Amino acid sequence: MIQTTGLTKRFGRFTAVDSLDIDVREGDRYGFLGPNGSGKTTTVRMLLGLVFPTSGSADVMGAAVPRGLGSVLHDVGALIEAPAAYGHLSGRTNLSLFDAAGPGGTRRNRRSRVNNALEQVGLAGVGRRPVKQYSLGMRQRLGLAAAILHTPRLLILDEPTNGLDPQGIREIRDLLIAMNQAGTTLFVSSHLLAEVEHVCTRVGILDRGRLVKQDDLETLRLPTGRILVRTPDVDRATALLGGRVEARAEDQLTVVGGTADALVELLVSNQLRVTEVLAERPTLEDVVLSLTTSGNDRIDGAAS
Amino acid sequence: MIRVELVKLLRRPRTWVAVFLLCLLPLIVALFLRVSHVAPRPGEGSAFLSAVLGNGALFPAAALGIILPLFLPVAVAVIAGDSIAGEASAGTLRYLLVRPVSRTRLLIAKLVSVLAFLLIAVTAVAVTAYVIGVTLFPSSPVATTLSGTVISPADLIRRTALVVLYVAWSMIGVAAVALFLSTITDSSLGAALGALAALVLSQVLVTLDAAGSVRPYLPTRYWLSWVDLFRDPILWHDIQRGVLVQGVYVVVLLGAAWALFTTKDVSS
Repeated sequence: MIQTTGLTKRFGRFTAVDSLDIDVREGDRYGFLGPNGSGKTTTVRMLLGLVFPTSGSADVMGAAVPRGLGSVLHDVGALIEAPAAYGHLSGRTNLSLFDAAGPGGTRRNRRSRVNNALEQVGLAGVGRRPVKQYSLGMRQRLGLAAAILHTPRLLILDEPTNGLDPQGIREIRDLLIAMNQAGTTLFVSSHLLAEVEHVCTRVGILDRGRLVKQDDLETLRLPTGRILVRTPDVDRATALLGGRVEARAEDQLTVVGGTADALVELLVSNQLRVTEVLAERPTLEDVVLSLTTSGNDRIDGAAS
Repeated sequence: MIRVELVKLLRRPRTWVAVFLLCLLPLIVALFLRVSHVAPRPGEGSAFLSAVLGNGALFPAAALGIILPLFLPVAVAVIAGDSIAGEASAGTLRYLLVRPVSRTRLLIAKLVSVLAFLLIAVTAVAVTAYVIGVTLFPSSPVATTLSGTVISPADLIRRTALVVLYVAWSMIGVAAVALFLSTITDSSLGAALGALAALVLSQVLVTLDAAGSVRPYLPTRYWLSWVDLFRDPILWHDIQRGVLVQGVYVVVLLGAAWALFTTKDVSS
C-alpha cells in the first residue's frame, strides 16, 4: 500500500526525514511512532503530496508520489495533525462541501454518505450547530468522519484519538479495527504508545528522521527471558533461587533463566506460595524508549 | 470546485457584511447631499455628484464612483487575500488538497469566487443607489450626459450596466495581487495589506510626473475612466486600455501564483 525508498526531506540545512524506507502492506494496521519532531508529520505530508520530497521516492497504492497521487487520493482518507473545518458552517455542511470538492461518489448519494459517516463517528444527532461551538472531541470526530467519508482503501491518521475521552478512544479504536477488518489498510501516526499498542499489528519507529525499527508488534514484544514472580515468602525464595534472582522489590522477584512453569513447579515443590507469575515481555514503551532519543521539544543546556 | 467555492462565498457572513457596508457608504454621502444641497464644485469630488442633485437616476454611477477608489479595493483585497491564506491558517487547505483538489483548479476557483463577489457587490451598490437616488432626489428617467446631450432611459440603464462591469473588472487586478500574495503567506491580513500597499504605490505613481513613463501600465491608471461611459459619444479609448491593463495583471500574477503554489510545500 505504501512503499518508500530513500525518502528524504530537507528544510534548508535541517533534515526532517532522512532516507526513509517503510513498507506498509495491504491490510496492515501500521503504527508509525516516534518522538515529537522525529519527522512523522513530514512523512505523512509527503505521502499525501502536500510536501515535496527532496530526494528518494514513494509509492502510495501503486501511484508515484507526488505526480500520480491525483488518481488515487480519492481512495485515501486522511487526518493530518489537527482536524479542520469551516467554523461558521455545521458539521454536516462541512462534510457535504468537502464531498463536493473532489472526485469519488455521486451527488445523489451525498446526503446518505455524509449521514453514514456522521453516524459511524457518533455525531449523527449533532444537528445544525456551527462547528465553532464544537468541543475538541467533537471536532476530532468530525475530522474522522471526513476521513472515512468515502470508505477509503487506505486511512492515514495522525493522532486519531486526540482530545477524546477514554470512552471515545475506545469507540474510535473499535471503528478503526472494524474498518480494517472490512479491508481498509490503516496507517496511524502517533506518540501515544498505548493507543498504537491496542490498535496496530505492525510498527515503524522513527527517530530524528530515520527509521530505527520496522517489525510486527508480536516480534518486538517477544518474551525477554525474565520471569516476574510474586510470593509472600520472598526471603526463602531468594535463598532457594540464589543467583537467578536479578532484582527484588517487596514481594516481587525478577528471575532470569528457565521457563515460568518450571519455576512455579520448583517453588511449589519447596512449599513456597506463589501469588502471581508472568513471563516478562517488553512493553511497546520499553522498545520505543530504547530506540529513540528525546523529542525536539526538550531543550537542555548549561545553566547560566 | 467552482461551485463549492461559490457556496462557501455565499454562505459566509463576511461576504454580506462587506456588501452591506459598501451599500451603506453611498447612502451616507447621499444623506449629506440631500440635507445640505451643497454640490461639490466642478472638478472636485466624484464626477457625478453635482449632477445627482438634479437627477437621482444618475446616483448608481455616482455611488460606484464613491466606492471605487478606496472602499471597493479594500473589500476585494480582504476577500482575495483571505482566499488561500485563510484556508491555510484554518487548516482546511491541506484537507482540500488531499481530497484531492488540484492546486490549479483551486486557484482558478478562488479567482472566480472573487469575481463573483465583485459582481454581487457592485450590482448591489448600483441597485441600492438607484433606490436611494430616486427616493432622496428629484429624478427623471431622461438623463443628461456629461457632454450635455440627453439620453433615453434604456440608454441610461445600458450605460450604468457597463459602468458596473467596468468597475468590477477594474478591481480584478487588485484581486490578482491579493491572490498572488495569498499563496505566499499564511496570513490573510498580510496578503490584503500587501495588495493595498501595491495599490497605494500605484496611486502615488499615477500622480507623479517623474513616473510618467510607467503611468499607462499602472493598475489604477484607468480606474476613473468609467466616467467616459457617460460622455456622448462614449470615449472608448481609455476604457479599452483599462480593460487590457487589468487583463495583463491578471494573467501575469495568476501565472506567478500558479507557478508558486503548485511547487510549494503546504506545511500549514
